[in-house]
Amino acid sequence: MSEQIGVNPQLAGRVYPAGEAYTVGREKIREFARAVKATHPAHFEVEAAKDLGYPDLIAPPTFAIIVAQRADAQLVEDPEAGIDFSRVVHADQRFVHHRPIVAGDQLVAELHVDQVRAMGGGAMITTRAEISTADGEKTATATSSILVRGEGQ
Amino acid sequence: MPALNDLSVGQEIGSTTIDISRADLVRYAGASGDFNPIHWNDRFAEQVGLPGVIAHGMFTMGAAVQLVTDWADNPAAVVDYQTRFTKPVVVENLDTGGATLEVTGVIGAIDEANSSVRVDLTVTAAGQKVLVKAQAVVRAW
Repeated sequence: MSEQIGVNPQLAGRVYPAGEAYTVGREKIREFARAVKATHPAHFEVEAAKDLGYPDLIAPPTFAIIVAQRADAQLVEDPEAGIDFSRVVHADQRFVHHRPIVAGDQLVAELHVDQVRAMGGGAMITTRAEISTADGEKTATATSSILVRGEGQ
Repeated sequence: MPALNDLSVGQEIGSTTIDISRADLVRYAGASGDFNPIHWNDRFAEQVGLPGVIAHGMFTMGAAVQLVTDWADNPAAVVDYQTRFTKPVVVENLDTGGATLEVTGVIGAIDEANSSVRVDLTVTAAGQKVLVKAQAVVRAW
């Protein structure tokens, strides 16, 4: 491996354990929904969410990014990873929802580094955040690839 | 959302236009916790080789799916949503409408066994595709 790559090729297969639980608040769901210009009443009114069969406000489909990026931070900030955050570009993202996230959920995320590939002078890193409630109920799987650009990329 | 057997592959579910201002990017930064300066600081964005401040890819992804959520009339129905980010959305420093997203959704697949449909989104800004393979799987109950 050339030194230019920077990103540690031995990262693949690494697992970062779930940290402290993230509590999903009603106001956070409302704030995030407004920020993505979502208008469905189930993001804002508890009664509208209950009419759909859920106990509290339903988070927008990409809300899990908040929890996933907290988990990613463990990797990005790991000095052994060799990732220069100012050179990171988000390449792709996927959310598989095992059940919708609702206000009141206590969420934890275990981060798996699934793949590290050299790309030019940089590297593409694919991670998977397995998000569950603190009680162990699977909630969402968030898969993400980031490109760490090399020099001149 | 209409009944599954009233849908056909290739059918359009609708289209929408989303204006993006710098204020929208600041609001998304605060709501998401992603404060990367490329989304609010021109000087920094240019230093790292971008044409200017760009929208968070996750803002574009999050805003585009509303077309699907509204069509399904249930945010919980979107059980799988993915995209690749191919082109940055440059947001000009104007009071309103620093960029505009055009979003169109088409039925890409119907899965009767799982009672779900895949909606394929086309998302463009300034005439260029900014999301590729933007697909949302919607469950019909």
